Amino acid sequence: MGTVSILDGLERKLITDSLDAGRRADGRALDEPRKITIETGTIPKAEGSARVRLGKTEVVTGVKVNPSTPFPDTGDKGALICTAEIAPLAHPDAETGPPSEGVIELARVVDRGIRESHMIDMSKLVIQRDVSVVGVFADNAVLDDCGNLFDACSYASCAAILDAKMPTWEMVDGAPKMVEGASSELPISTIPVSVTMGRIGRHIIVDPDATEWMCMDARITITTNSDGNICALQKGGREGFSFEQLASCADTAIAVGAKIRSTIESSKQRS
Amino acid sequence: MGGRESDLVLLNSDGIRCDGRKIDEPRRISIKAGVLNNANGSAYIEFGDNKILAGVFGPRDVHPKHQSDSNTGILRVRYHMQPYSVPERKRPAPSRREIEISKVIKEALLPAVILESFPRTAVDVYIEILQADGGSRCAALDVAAVALADAGIPMRDMVSACAAGKVADTIVLDINNEEDQAGQADMPIAVMPNSGQITLLQLDGILSTSEYKKCIETGLVGCKLVYELQKKALKERYFGGQGS
Repeated sequence: MGTVSILDGLERKLITDSLDAGRRADGRALDEPRKITIETGTIPKAEGSARVRLGKTEVVTGVKVNPSTPFPDTGDKGALICTAEIAPLAHPDAETGPPSEGVIELARVVDRGIRESHMIDMSKLVIQRDVSVVGVFADNAVLDDCGNLFDACSYASCAAILDAKMPTWEMVDGAPKMVEGASSELPISTIPVSVTMGRIGRHIIVDPDATEWMCMDARITITTNSDGNICALQKGGREGFSFEQLASCADTAIAVGAKIRSTIESSKQRS
Repeated sequence: MGGRESDLVLLNSDGIRCDGRKIDEPRRISIKAGVLNNANGSAYIEFGDNKILAGVFGPRDVHPKHQSDSNTGILRVRYHMQPYSVPERKRPAPSRREIEISKVIKEALLPAVILESFPRTAVDVYIEILQADGGSRCAALDVAAVALADAGIPMRDMVSACAAGKVADTIVLDINNEEDQAGQADMPIAVMPNSGQITLLQLDGILSTSEYKKCIETGLVGCKLVYELQKKALKERYFGGQGS
């Protein structure tokens, strides 16, 4: 009863022993993410949506596109907000009520990856300068928490944004009015892909699952854009990384990220 | 009821409703049990355009402690809508409507759940509305009851829910979103199908006494249909579709 996230000492030994032998407990290579499946258009009432499974972790993301009032200093740009929550049915330890610091970090890391990559050309989301702009809200709901929510939410957000249809608005009497039957895709300039790696002892593993996540000494999430440049990064965990480890993590994030990017892109072509 | 002016034809001269159904025909319903990895029990329902997931945890320790009861276990229910579940983005924090619905769903489930065997514990039922259509509280209750059974929580009976209502002066089964907005009455009903006890009943709108009785009878027919689908989902989960 009570919390179930107690890592058995034996399980940690199993994980470290197999890493020492060059394999992971579930048979994956160290730089191999779990299977990614992406379905788009799962929530027809949202302008864009995606259901993403990363191994057993599952996220549903919806994108709402609404007119909104611009921030006073950015009246020439649209607004982007990514949120994330762990639904209480996702894990016995997930709770209702205000988000924990871990969940706030999750939402901010996902938001930053998309925002800093300039995935959406915000200058094209202006209805009337300084008066009304288009707001894009990507709300991530983690429905099954089996490790590495950073990447699952970030892939789901990307796929849902790519899936989104943006209505057209025109200003009538100082207020935006939707033009019936006119919609377009969001102005996309790049596809950011995050790759989260964990360090267990001297080993670096890509996409840790729930058990590996509990054994990690440190973790790092690196987001790269379509040009293969790094656009966002977040380090977490109790311990650190050496410079050499960080350099190799970046190479891994670019190489692994490129494959995942084509998975995300093909989710769009299928729909 | 909204009673809003609209040029939508809710019921045509052939007795066909705005979504093509007959007056006694429910929307398409499918239920699957055992869909989550971490919950003790779970289920997913599609009820018309509603898409709803339920997860059950427990019996487990009660936090905060003061809620615990030394004579019985307690049931806690959270009905929560995702911001993208409705046309206009819903703010993520629970609204007054969601708090009320959580309470009526809890009270509809309580008579069926044998909590006395688990004093000082809580059973938590979490319901996430991924997409909302008319009748989401009934669909949420249906999927929550299946998730409780899937979790192996001892129950006296299933709880099955379906709404009935009044549209174009006619009592119809299972009203959809358009009928809810433009119709004359909406009555969600939940029943324990074997005991016949009605554990949830609400009404928005005006009905005569005879319409009121007709409405309950119509709703109970829908509950019976739902009950068969709930049993089917559990049989598929535990017997792979055999023994049905």
